[in-house]
Amino acid sequence: MKSAVIVFPGSNCDRDMQVALARITGVAPVMVWHRDVDFPKVDLIAVPGGFSYGDYLRSGAMAANSPVMAEVKKRAAAGVAVLGVCNGFQILTEAGLLPGVLMRNASLRFICRDVYLRVENARAPFSARYKDGQTIRIPIAHADGNFFTDGETLRRIEGEGQVAFRYCDADGAVTAAANPNGSLNNIAGIRNRAGNVLGMMPHPERLIEPLLTGSDGRPMFEGLAEALA
Amino acid sequence: MRARVHVTLKQGVLDPQGKAIGNALKSLGFSGIGEVRQGKFIELEVAESDPARARQKLGEMCEKLLANTVIEDYRIDLDH
Repeated sequence: MKSAVIVFPGSNCDRDMQVALARITGVAPVMVWHRDVDFPKVDLIAVPGGFSYGDYLRSGAMAANSPVMAEVKKRAAAGVAVLGVCNGFQILTEAGLLPGVLMRNASLRFICRDVYLRVENARAPFSARYKDGQTIRIPIAHADGNFFTDGETLRRIEGEGQVAFRYCDADGAVTAAANPNGSLNNIAGIRNRAGNVLGMMPHPERLIEPLLTGSDGRPMFEGLAEALA
Repeated sequence: MRARVHVTLKQGVLDPQGKAIGNALKSLGFSGIGEVRQGKFIELEVAESDPARARQKLGEMCEKLLANTVIEDYRIDLDH
């Protein structure tokens, strides 16, 4: 599987994504600077976390309108897999590749800790290596992770099985207490309708081996390598 | 032409920042504070002398970048 990691001024999880992709898929990703619209053909485009353009105006708003994202949109429409993590998720919603918006956390605080997620609608290419309803532990680190959308869109993404991950407690129960940021329906990650674009606030690339205290992020990359081989 | 764009959260969208501002004002001793909503104010110059065309251009800017219309409304004021 060939992959690319898009790097914006202010990205800071691009190297973690690079290491995760290189180690797990066995092929080092191409690092694509935001001005390089002409990057090689790849099977997966990763939009990493960070504070692209200093979060000016709104998180992800500037990056969503950068030249490289026009190319990412074109390739996503052609079926290339696109993974957005944290700021990457914010960028994908601002770019219109995913529905909804990530608002300021309900607590107004930056939250940096491990959370539990329930895997929903497990399927290729992103989550086929997880089981439906499985509970996994993945870290979050964000101030703007409060997923919001209008009622009709929410019904649509729920109805079409576009929710990929929900915040839950250690036993897998989706409760208000397990919701770290106020997200509607505890939503932590969603897919587009076609299923080739996924955005999530938690960081699977940060937990890929026991040395990092856990490896619950690893199956995502293994699944991608398998599906996009 | 100088334009002023106000970007505000739509009715029904929770505004925890506005709420925190309201609470801070109350703790400073200001009484009679109702609901507080916060937003953005953007001032910009546009090279356009026709108000209708300026308004149209600014509307596109709001739709594409200045506001996220999933959660925000915008209002455009022009200096004539």
